Order: sequence, then structure tokens, then C-alpha cells
Amino acid sequence: MCGIVGLFLKTGRHEHELGHLTSLMLEQMRERGPDSAGFAIYGDDREEETRLTVLAESIDIDWDAVCGRLSGALDGLVSYRTVLDHAIIETTATGSEARRWLIDHVPEVTVLGFGHAIELYKAVGDPRLVAERYDLAGRSGTHAIAHTRMATESAVTTAGSHPFSTGEDTCLVHNGSLSNHNLLREVLESKGVSFQTENDTEVAAGYVAWRLTEGDTLVEALERGIDDLDGFYTLCVGTRDGFAVLRDPIACKPAVMAETDDWVAMASEYRSIAQLPGVEHATVWEPEPARVFAWSRS
Amino acid sequence: MKVLDLGTSSLREVNSVLQTATTGEFVVSNPQGAHALGCGLDAPVTLRVEGPVGYYCGGMNQQANVLVDGNAGTGLAENIMSGTVTVTGNAGQSAGATGHGGLVVVQGNASARCGISMKGVDIVVGGDVGHMSAFMAQAGALIVLGDAGADLGDSIYEAQLFVRGSTTSLGADCVEKEVRPEHLDFLAVRLADAEMDANPADFSRYGSARMLYNFHPDDVNAVEAAR
Repeated sequence: MCGIVGLFLKTGRHEHELGHLTSLMLEQMRERGPDSAGFAIYGDDREEETRLTVLAESIDIDWDAVCGRLSGALDGLVSYRTVLDHAIIETTATGSEARRWLIDHVPEVTVLGFGHAIELYKAVGDPRLVAERYDLAGRSGTHAIAHTRMATESAVTTAGSHPFSTGEDTCLVHNGSLSNHNLLREVLESKGVSFQTENDTEVAAGYVAWRLTEGDTLVEALERGIDDLDGFYTLCVGTRDGFAVLRDPIACKPAVMAETDDWVAMASEYRSIAQLPGVEHATVWEPEPARVFAWSRS
Repeated sequence: MKVLDLGTSSLREVNSVLQTATTGEFVVSNPQGAHALGCGLDAPVTLRVEGPVGYYCGGMNQQANVLVDGNAGTGLAENIMSGTVTVTGNAGQSAGATGHGGLVVVQGNASARCGISMKGVDIVVGGDVGHMSAFMAQAGALIVLGDAGADLGDSIYEAQLFVRGSTTSLGADCVEKEVRPEHLDFLAVRLADAEMDANPADFSRYGSARMLYNFHPDDVNAVEAAR
């Protein structure tokens, strides 16, 4: 089943309460995905620094030592802060190189994402508790994407929870299942994309990130994805300053969207959108299949 | 008139009041996209919902008149038997699915698979319908004032489809048919029932080419009527 919510603020009006609004939306999707949850939140965009969100699940890790080694291996300053089992590593080095180094040299951790604006948190358990544990409601920002998972395709693990991110400031949540992800994973690996799980959605995230690095716009990447991704999907994608929604051509997986002058929102069900300020004046519609809906703020 | 507030009452409480009523007028406020609101009504009650509803609103309806002042999610009036379910805004996918009778009115757009497997319900949509509408439709009529998406009427049996605007494509075994005087009369009545202002002469008619299924001799009257 799974539940998806996404909220993209078009103006600064609700930035201070982005996390609060996202948590209200996520709360409504608990029943669609009670086994795990996650969220990506974009804000505090810093051009000079990259933040990597790194998960050390069920292990006690010496972040001082990890960051010391990372700093020695890369050309740049490295610092970190922890949020329970997540660490936010900040570096002036190149983000993709830092991600690659961590994957290659610290295999006991999972790099959830990296970028100038993105932070991601995910965990197994009741979505309400996950949101509380990582203080979703207390966060501000420009856009957020969140997911409640009912696992069908791979195990209930934190690493298998959404959102997935493989490219800079790019993340993706997914309701559905892809049928060609094993083949596509091999193709993408041959192009240099690295994966950390066996999950189908990570492949979709890797695909979009790869197309973006090849020079596609977000819209172009997703339009190409209609041909290359096979299966059932409603996708919600975030980039540093963009937000997009795509449903497969059959569109069995639900999605509803709404837009006001201040925000654009998508969710698996209207209940989530009903929580947002000004929704009574919003334009509400069900996104058509195989059509990319995208917004950017620049 | 009785007002039921979903802001203070639970969905079960509200549905219980509606489902046990034998007559009367009800208003539901603060629906907030609640699912399965006003399902299983089986009495000549009138229900007006002030705001958007979630999935399956008015499902299995018999006799009741349901009006949603807002949008509706997936499966509006699913398996409706009789009565009327009207939405002033847009409806999500599978509106009127498997309906056996009655009237479903969507004043805005209906999404994909509107009238899928319909078995006698009449559905009037003021705007457009999405792809694969009237898929495997068996009886009843789908009347679309706007455009129809891809694969309209795929694998259709004996339902009648009327579209005023364009059709992206027709599904397997669905063909355009002649509009005869009885169809104009039928459209005039159903458009009036739905309180839609449209000229019956502006519609095209689509139905089954009957190349995909083997009909039973007992159904010859339905076949004759839809020819």
C-alpha cells in the first residue's frame, strides 16, 4: 500500500512551519504504511557546504573516528552532529566523493542522502513515532517529502524505508512496485551509479539522479522515466529547488494534488491535504497518468 | 434537517445515524476527506456533505440522494443500486464503478476508469473523464460533456457511451455508433435529471462492436436497444 505526502512551498509564508504541516500530512497516512516511515526536508541551503545524512542502524559508531578518516581522505573540512542514530556530516569537500568514500570505507553505515539543502530521516516503526523521534514538526524549510511504508518488495528495515536518495539534493518516494528494477540497476551500475539496498525504489531514485547528472531537467528525466521504468508507481520527487509528481500510464496507485498561491501539495489521499492552511480555496485534482507535474522555486 | 459534524463526531457515529434513518434531511460538516462517508444508505433520505470526501462516498447507495459540495476521492458511488449521488467538484478514479442503477453526477471532471464495469447506472460528467472509462461496461449510460481519455469503453458489453467533446482513443471493441432519435430523447431526460445544460444533438455515441464477447440469447432485447 504505502502513503506518500509532499509539500512544496511557493512562497516564504509557511516556511517556519513546513515540518509541522508535513507531520500533519504524514499522520493521516499512518494506516497506509504502519511499518516504517521517513522524510526528506529541504531548507537552510548552503552553497559552500554539503550535508550528508548518514544512518548507523543498530550499531554504536565512533563518528569522531569516521569523520577524522573522511577528512583525511578528502580535500575539505568535515564536521558532524548526531540526531539519534542519524549523523549529519557537513563538509566543504565534494558531496558525491564523500558519499562514495563512506560507502566504500564504512560499510556498516548507510548514506541516506547528500546535498546543499536536503536532510533525510527514516526509521522502522509507527510513522507518528518516527516523526516525533526526529522532530519533523520542529523543522523549517522550503519543501518536504515523506512516506509511510507497507513493505511488499523488500524487508522491513530502516535502509529499505523511503525516501531514497542517490544524487545530490535529489530524493524520491514511491507507492507501487517496479518490475524491471534488477535489470535497470545493472544498467545504472554500469554507468557508475552506486546502490546500497536491494530495494526497487532506490533504483528509481538512482535513475532520476543519473538523468539529472546527464543534463536532463527534472521534467525531462521523469518523462524519459515513463519509457524506462516498468511497473506500478506514483512517484514524488524533490530536488534542491524543485518538486515533481509522476504516475505510471495505468495509474492504479492513488494520488491527489492541490495548489494555492502559497503551496503545492500531493498525497496518496485527500485526508493529508485537508490539513493544510487555505485548503478550502485550493485547486484540487487527481494527476493524470504518464504526465509530469513539476514546480520549481528559483 | 439534522447536522452531523465530523469535527466532533466519529465517522462511525455519523454513518450509523445515516444508515439507520428511514427518512429526513441530513447535513455532514467538516468531512476533511473522510472515507466511506454515507455508504450503504438504503432509505429515501437526503444527505448533503459540506466539503470534500475521500474514498467510496455514497457506495452501494439505494434510494438516497447524496450531494457532495466539494471533491470526491476514489470510488465515488461504487456499486450504486438506485438514488442519486452528485459531486459539485471533481471525482477521483473509478467513479460509479460497478453501479447497477441510479444516477451519478460529477459536475467537474472524473478521473480514470469512470464507470468501470458499470451494470446499469447512468453517469453524467460535466467535464472530462480519464483513461479507460467504461472499461468492461455492461449496461447503463456514461454521458460526458467534456472529453474522454484514452481507451474509452475497452472490452465494452452493452452500455451506451455519449461524449460531447473529443475521445483520445477508443478501447478494444468500442466503436462509434449512429445517434438515433431515441438516443436524443434519452440524453435530454438524463441531462435534465443531472441539471446539465447541453444540447443532445452535440453528442457522439459509442458502444460495443460485439466482436469480443459472446452474448446470451436472453440478452437479445438489450442488444437490440443498444444497436
